[in-house]
Amino acid sequence: MMKELRLMKGNEAVAEAAIRAGADGYFGYPITPQSEILEYLMAERPFEKTGMVVLQAESEVAAINMVYGGASCGKKCITSSSSPGISLKMEGISYMAGAELPCVIVNVVRGGPGLGTIQPGQSDYFQATKGGGHGDYRMIVLAPASVQESADFVPLGFELAFKYRNPVMILTDGVIGQMMEKVELFEQRPRSTQEEIIKNSPWATTGKTPDRERNIITSLDLDSSKQEKHVIKLRDKFRKMEENEVRYETFQCEDAEYLLVAFGSSARICQKAVDIARAKGIKVGLIRPITLFPFPSKAISDLTTDKVKGILVVEMNLGQMIEDVKLAVGKGVKVEHYGRYGGIIPTPEETIEMLQQKIIGG
Amino acid sequence: MTREEIIKPENLVYKRTNLLVDRALSYCPGCGHGTVHRLVMETIEEMGIQAETIGIAPVGCAVLAYEFMDIDMQQAAHGRAPALATAVKRLMPEKYVFTYQGDGDLAAIGTAETIHACNRGENITIIFINNGIYGMTGGQMAPTTLPGMRASTCPYGRDTVTMGNPLKITELVATLPGTYYVTRQAVHTPGNVRKTKKAIRKAFENQKLKKGVSFVEVVSNCNSGWKMTPVASNQWMVDNMLPFYPLGDIKVPTE
Ligand SMILES: Cc1ncc(C[n+]2csc(CCOP(=O)(O)OP(=O)(O)O)c2C)c(N)n1
Ligand code: SF4
Repeated sequence: MMKELRLMKGNEAVAEAAIRAGADGYFGYPITPQSEILEYLMAERPFEKTGMVVLQAESEVAAINMVYGGASCGKKCITSSSSPGISLKMEGISYMAGAELPCVIVNVVRGGPGLGTIQPGQSDYFQATKGGGHGDYRMIVLAPASVQESADFVPLGFELAFKYRNPVMILTDGVIGQMMEKVELFEQRPRSTQEEIIKNSPWATTGKTPDRERNIITSLDLDSSKQEKHVIKLRDKFRKMEENEVRYETFQCEDAEYLLVAFGSSARICQKAVDIARAKGIKVGLIRPITLFPFPSKAISDLTTDKVKGILVVEMNLGQMIEDVKLAVGKGVKVEHYGRYGGIIPTPEETIEMLQQKIIGG
Repeated sequence: MTREEIIKPENLVYKRTNLLVDRALSYCPGCGHGTVHRLVMETIEEMGIQAETIGIAPVGCAVLAYEFMDIDMQQAAHGRAPALATAVKRLMPEKYVFTYQGDGDLAAIGTAETIHACNRGENITIIFINNGIYGMTGGQMAPTTLPGMRASTCPYGRDTVTMGNPLKITELVATLPGTYYVTRQAVHTPGNVRKTKKAIRKAFENQKLKKGVSFVEVVSNCNSGWKMTPVASNQWMVDNMLPFYPLGDIKVPTE
């Protein structure tokens, strides 16, 4: 298959990217606004094309544990869900982080808490970046702002997941999942052969052969001193992610007097807001964190020059990423939040009005 | 006769299977878990499928099963072993895949995973140790605890009105089209050990036939949880557990 352009929904792009990335298995359970991922995969019948297994599990709990089982065999496994379903997956995600297993988890966020709404939200930021499941762990969180990135972050997610032997989350939302855009699809990559898996993931449970000790996948160590060593090992891994994997994008920040910080679909809106503000003569720039963990703290701090008079963090939540922005810039810089909730999307005009009210005027 | 004169290869009638790691089991003396571990490992050794087998350990007393079984193993979250096994088998259909689970694991928190893996007819083997209690966490009531039976969370005996009835999960999964072979065995006598061994062997052999789940329940004792000696607990099991959980095949392949 050659590179090709298609008009696709964000959810479909994720599904197509999973096939093309050479994923071995997708395990999921329907929930709006991401059911198209499973539907697309079922319709495409990748089992016939690449041998990829696609299975509708009985629950999100089962789905993530299928991912655990598959990942333990060194296979590239992916699952997707939306907020309430991701809460159910959190047990499994913690186990996978503890057992050092790679996988990609897609969260097409909707407004919460609880059953909430089926409309888009960004209120799972804390859950994604600060743990969510129990215990000391982190995962790389990639936040696409377009259908193109929704596709591109799937192979990137697998790459990072295997590099660090850790779950990676793609944190998108109902806007990006449901909107249609032009997407350039990358070429089909082959699935790993069993020989490649044994070579590249020698830790995997592929069947104990006489040339090696048995492989055990577990997150348990009843011996506290060993468990502490394990947690320190994980900590060092998370620090490596912070050193090597920070990704972000800036937009018109060079001469900016005001900064907007936003991720995902909020960032798309803020980009428009920057244009409108600039047309009015207000020097606004935008910083878009692409990795929410590791967070681009240094970049934000560096961009907060003496010229910058204040920062507005725009999120579809009550104020979650703003805590990381405040930590990044320290005291003395005015940082305010503008949020819409319950599935309501902020408009560029509102955003500028809020910038004027909370930062420029205030 | 001296010890050396007795211990000779020609006098050996039984030996530890090579697939059981040479270390002390973490189970209480007299507990059925140890015997069933041995049977599963003997089966894999006899079938010569060590390199083809992936085992899934539960939580509960068998949480450390991977420490004792010399095969590749995965340790699952409480109750989720059938979900792991589903993916392993789907992604590596040529391998032998089994779960090893207690009653709390399989019939309480993992009921959904158990029922659905069985109903989908996953081509796996499920070994289910039913001791009617939560052993590891200190003897709390299990879904399989008998009416009137004492446990730390039903110290006056299980009252079915307020605590519900014991769950015959094995009979339940036998009704599902996805199960191929369902049997209930025990390991309290040499005769029963041999029958259980046969059942386990059959359950593994069935994976070659690709017909669905083979489900082997082993009714067992928990002398610590039941607060009895191993001998007394086996007797109690015969007198109380076996009338409620009768031994024998529940579903056998028709062909
Ligand atoms: C999510 C979760 N809840 C509770 C526990 C605590 N727990 C560990 S083992 C166990 C019961 C196990 O009982 P059973 O499956 O009957 O095995 P046995 O110990 O009797 O062999 C429980 C409740 C846990 N590990 N995880
Ligand atoms: S607590 Fe019970 S089930 Fe656990 S090892 Fe001891 S006797 Fe066996």
